[in-house]
Amino acid sequence: MSGYFRDIYTGGKSLLIGLGVTFKAIIKPVVTVQYPREKIDVTPNIRGHIELVRFDENDSRHNCLVCGMCAKNCPCGCLTVEGEKREGVKGKVLTVFDYDFTKCSLCGICVESCSRTALTFSSEYELAGFSRQEFHFDLIKRLEGK
Amino acid sequence: MQQIIDLIQTYSLLRMLIAFLVLIGIVFLNAIVMGYLERKIAARIQRRWGPMEIGVQGWLQMILDGVKMLAKQLIVPRDADRFLFRLAPLLCFTPVVMIFAALPFSKALYGINLHIGLIYIIAMASINVFAILIAGWSSNNKYSMFGAMRSVAQNIAYEIPILLSLLSVVLTTASFDLQKIVEAQSGWLWFAVYPNLFVAFVIYLIAGCAETNRAPFDLPEAESELTAGFHTEYSGFGFGLFAVAEYGNLFIMASIASIMFLGGWNGPFGLASGPLMGAFWFLSKVFVLMLVMIWVRWTYPRVRFDQLMNLAWKYLIPFSLVNLLITAFLVKMI
Amino acid sequence: MSTMTKFETTDKHRFLLNMGPQHPATHGVLRVILEMDGEYAMGIDPVLGYGHRMQEKMAESRTWPGFYPNTGRMDYVGAMPFNHGYVALIERMAGIEVPERAEYIRVITSEMNRIASHLLGIGAYVLDLGAFTPILYAFDDREDILDALEDITGSRLTYCYYRVGGVLKDIDDTFIKRTRAFIENFRKRIPMYNDLVTGNVIFIKRTEGVGIITADMARRYGATGPTLRGSGIAYDIRKSEPYSVYSHFDFDIPTGKNGDSLDRYYVRICELEQSLRIIEQALDKLPDGPVLAKPKRAKLQEGDCSFSVETARGVLTYYLVGDGSEVPYKLKIRVPSYSNLSLLEEMCTGMLIADLVSAMGSLDLVIPEIDR
Repeated sequence: MSGYFRDIYTGGKSLLIGLGVTFKAIIKPVVTVQYPREKIDVTPNIRGHIELVRFDENDSRHNCLVCGMCAKNCPCGCLTVEGEKREGVKGKVLTVFDYDFTKCSLCGICVESCSRTALTFSSEYELAGFSRQEFHFDLIKRLEGK
Repeated sequence: MQQIIDLIQTYSLLRMLIAFLVLIGIVFLNAIVMGYLERKIAARIQRRWGPMEIGVQGWLQMILDGVKMLAKQLIVPRDADRFLFRLAPLLCFTPVVMIFAALPFSKALYGINLHIGLIYIIAMASINVFAILIAGWSSNNKYSMFGAMRSVAQNIAYEIPILLSLLSVVLTTASFDLQKIVEAQSGWLWFAVYPNLFVAFVIYLIAGCAETNRAPFDLPEAESELTAGFHTEYSGFGFGLFAVAEYGNLFIMASIASIMFLGGWNGPFGLASGPLMGAFWFLSKVFVLMLVMIWVRWTYPRVRFDQLMNLAWKYLIPFSLVNLLITAFLVKMI
Repeated sequence: MSTMTKFETTDKHRFLLNMGPQHPATHGVLRVILEMDGEYAMGIDPVLGYGHRMQEKMAESRTWPGFYPNTGRMDYVGAMPFNHGYVALIERMAGIEVPERAEYIRVITSEMNRIASHLLGIGAYVLDLGAFTPILYAFDDREDILDALEDITGSRLTYCYYRVGGVLKDIDDTFIKRTRAFIENFRKRIPMYNDLVTGNVIFIKRTEGVGIITADMARRYGATGPTLRGSGIAYDIRKSEPYSVYSHFDFDIPTGKNGDSLDRYYVRICELEQSLRIIEQALDKLPDGPVLAKPKRAKLQEGDCSFSVETARGVLTYYLVGDGSEVPYKLKIRVPSYSNLSLLEEMCTGMLIADLVSAMGSLDLVIPEIDR
């Protein structure tokens, strides 16, 4: 019989403690933000999709040697890199750098395998589109367009 | 204008029609306000914002949700009993309006005053179980069926402590008339002040939570077990009516608690309680109780079915019985 | 449909109930076919494969670095240890030494990931029992971890942060400061969970004595992780065969007594504190030095090799057979949740459906890891 009343006491007490916890939470400030209007600071180190690195600030040339290591090492096969020999230029010239973001798993192996640091991660994270084609990036165009 | 008022006064049927239309409006308004408050408070408990997009602080959200539900198709499952499936939401909703008619919002503001108002309300409130049973059975879905069965067993078990706890108030006032019960509590001596009736009040609140299928006793719609319980198959305004009726039942539960135990439309410390101030006091008590129920809902996990039954038969019913005996003894003594 | 015929019964009171693949309590795409007698589940048959992606076969068709991103996709809630197991396997096979600082960083990030995973597991479990609020508090705390990890690794869920021979990037002072602040903050939050959930009488009633797994049963099915430790067996790969630098740290293995859902839940709560202790010690002892060994082309030798790590859900083993080329001949992945799930039938037969949900939630299953 005493156990019966002890159960009621301990049970009731634990329930009141629980109510206390949630009551404290009502008073505390809200932790979420209204996303499209407010944004939280996103670290610049985020590994987004890849991007060709600019030669320097004002120069829209890039470092790529067309060695093809990135495309070769990519586990998802989402990179297409092509180059051609041109008169008067040493080595190959990059003509195609297609990047299929729909296949990419964002592992970063391409950036690591690049011997010239011609690739980098973008810190863009708000990517949305209506068709798949919007995520087939032409990185050369993106580089020039910027 | 005078002609219209005369007309209304002559034809009592017309008066009732108008009263019922107003009451339906109040039931929907209550659902909108409570739905909004519930979402906002749940959000604050969980440290979110809740609805914020439509209107200032999202206050139009529930109205738009209602409009959305009206615009949706009412899907009747293939092997469902079409007639009963359509009937169930109405059967759930109608008693709520009928109960609202008998609630004394203040001394002069009520639909009908009945001498047996309390019995009427309790009888009407039990129709809700039929609606849930019919909804669960007619949708021809195993999850719905589980929800319906649970609801019936739960309601049968919890009617008893509710009745027993209310009976102790009836013993004290010797009346089923809600107006008389409220008048008996005028001044500051609300019934919840007396220790024996306070116990009855607590028992009523717990049992009322279970009666209205609110968490932590929301077994008929336990979404992690039964997806959505008895209204799994409902869409559009069939579902909407269930939601409206749920909030309506919550309102009824809280208003009976405030009438029976917290002095109804009496202001605290004998403050003025005219027709409008009385309604204000009444509504504020009801809303405080409903907010407590929301707060409880967003705090606790759900109980298991047999534990729910244990709570009713092993704790609430013995306590309310003993309490009733003590009350009867005290009433005889004094 | 062999599974359906399994329950062909002449008893007309019994009926089949299909729970999942879309059901709130199965967390993903697990399907459980139940043979019900009223509300009692008399027959239980989990159906797998709705999220099957042929991970093991994929490993045979691409080079070993190419398979690496897939490892994190198996258990997206606790991806770090999955990555850890794979890189450590390759390191063992190719005989690559890892700098000590890198090992420390691996331990720190793995343990943070374990906390994040346990928080989600606890929150989702209490959500199964019908309380909405604790999971959002858990998300709040988990957010701190994910933000800190994002700053270092660049991702929030599937990190791909470890590399063969070390880690991708060194940790900086902000990360250390952030982690220390998190530890201090989180220590204060654990009592809040205990008040809100662990001590709650409804929660205790829902979990105590529900879904009992005896030590013998857990051994027979090969259960690991908190599921095994809840049954009272103090087995943890981090202690029993320490990999990485786990032998440098002082931590306990929390165990339960009865093997019920409450014990499994409480083991997870205790492990939060142990993980915090490991992170603290690792931050204190953090040595200087490089974080990535000089890139050396790792070649898979002929022969086989295996490596086990302790993930948030139990023991993960990679077993690799190489034929001398860059492509693995065969990679077998032993995932913890698969063995834990196989307990379900014996554990839950004859239970109420509400208890079934409670017991299944306490296993903390991640379905893509089972299906892989």
